[in-house]
Amino acid sequence: MPLVELHLLKCSEVTGADMAIFSVYVVNKAGGLIYQLDHYAPRSETEKTFSFPLDLVLKLHDERVVVAFGQRDSIRVGHAVLSINGIDVNGKYTADGKEVLEYLGNPTNYPVSIRFGRPRLSSNEKLMLASMFHSLFAIGSQLSPELGSSGIEMLETDTFKLHCFQTLTGIKFVVLADPRQAGIESLLRKIYEIYSDFALKNPFYSLEMPIRCELFDQNLKLALEVAEKAGPFGPGS
Amino acid sequence: MSKRLGRSRELFVLTYGALVAQLCKDYEKDEDVNKHLDRMGYDIGIRLVEDFLARSAVRKCRSYSETVDVIAQVAFKMYLGVTPSVSCSNTTENEFFLMLDKNPLVDFVEELPAGRCSLCYCNLLCGVIRGALEMVHLAAEVTFVQDRLKGDDVTEIGITFSKKLEDKKHKRQK
Repeated sequence: MPLVELHLLKCSEVTGADMAIFSVYVVNKAGGLIYQLDHYAPRSETEKTFSFPLDLVLKLHDERVVVAFGQRDSIRVGHAVLSINGIDVNGKYTADGKEVLEYLGNPTNYPVSIRFGRPRLSSNEKLMLASMFHSLFAIGSQLSPELGSSGIEMLETDTFKLHCFQTLTGIKFVVLADPRQAGIESLLRKIYEIYSDFALKNPFYSLEMPIRCELFDQNLKLALEVAEKAGPFGPGS
Repeated sequence: MSKRLGRSRELFVLTYGALVAQLCKDYEKDEDVNKHLDRMGYDIGIRLVEDFLARSAVRKCRSYSETVDVIAQVAFKMYLGVTPSVSCSNTTENEFFLMLDKNPLVDFVEELPAGRCSLCYCNLLCGVIRGALEMVHLAAEVTFVQDRLKGDDVTEIGITFSKKLEDKKHKRQK
């Protein structure tokens, strides 16, 4: 019995990175983002030690320090500086207040260890994307040749699938997951139940406002883990 | 199982009674008590509707009468354990009636107290239905058209939808 369990564990370790739910968004009736969770980010990050002069060209773009030229190894153009010497970078400053480009331009600061990776979306960007999706969702139903069509239910790319469920009251639950992940439809229904239980039944939660309920967070994360464990075959129940 | 449910239902019925009794102490006029019960019901209805839709998996309703059927046969059953019978008005097109044979909320109420003859004891239910319908984009007026506690033969809730049903242009939702 223990041998079998070990085997299963190894399987999930190997395929764990593949079966994942990346994020959850909850959009209210007006298109405003009221909840967002990043559950798993298949981030390709590279940390390397550099000596002066830096063979990459860095520049400020959208309030972030990104690689403009000099792509090499796994450091790609567009990757942002995520940390310097282990200290996180926020925008163009490090967490301890140093300006990144200035710091990296000074030869006395070298050798330096820099971590590059795809930049995370800021919360403002997420808000904008959510409201944009809200509009596209509506356009989806308008474009339909049939009357009374639903909006966008699924958006597929080669790296992820976006699933959207709109309730009859107009709230949208959006889940971004690995394309092979199954059981998202029932996960969306489960998130609706969790929303109706832990957000709506909380008497101090105002409708349409950002959801800041501990119980909602906890139960949602639990539901995501259950869905992920089920893998490509969907949950048993 | 039914005993356990019975206990918590008792608590609910008693709580509701305490609520109405307190409102009667707070407000002299029956209209005020009715208004507050309706308002509270509305605040419950706008939240309860999501719980209902999440758990009952009902589909979009295509007509007002389908909507009222769902309210009577699924929602009332789910939350109060009773199934009112549905009828619609002969005269007005968008008016429907729910006749409550059994109403757990008035299990322990014999009659309205003296001086409270216009009190709609279960007005909370009207607010709940109104709030729930509003969240699925259906405007309706919901009132008690007949009430056994007021001396009528039956207890009936009247639901009047505000907008005329535009056939084939929009799918009605519930």
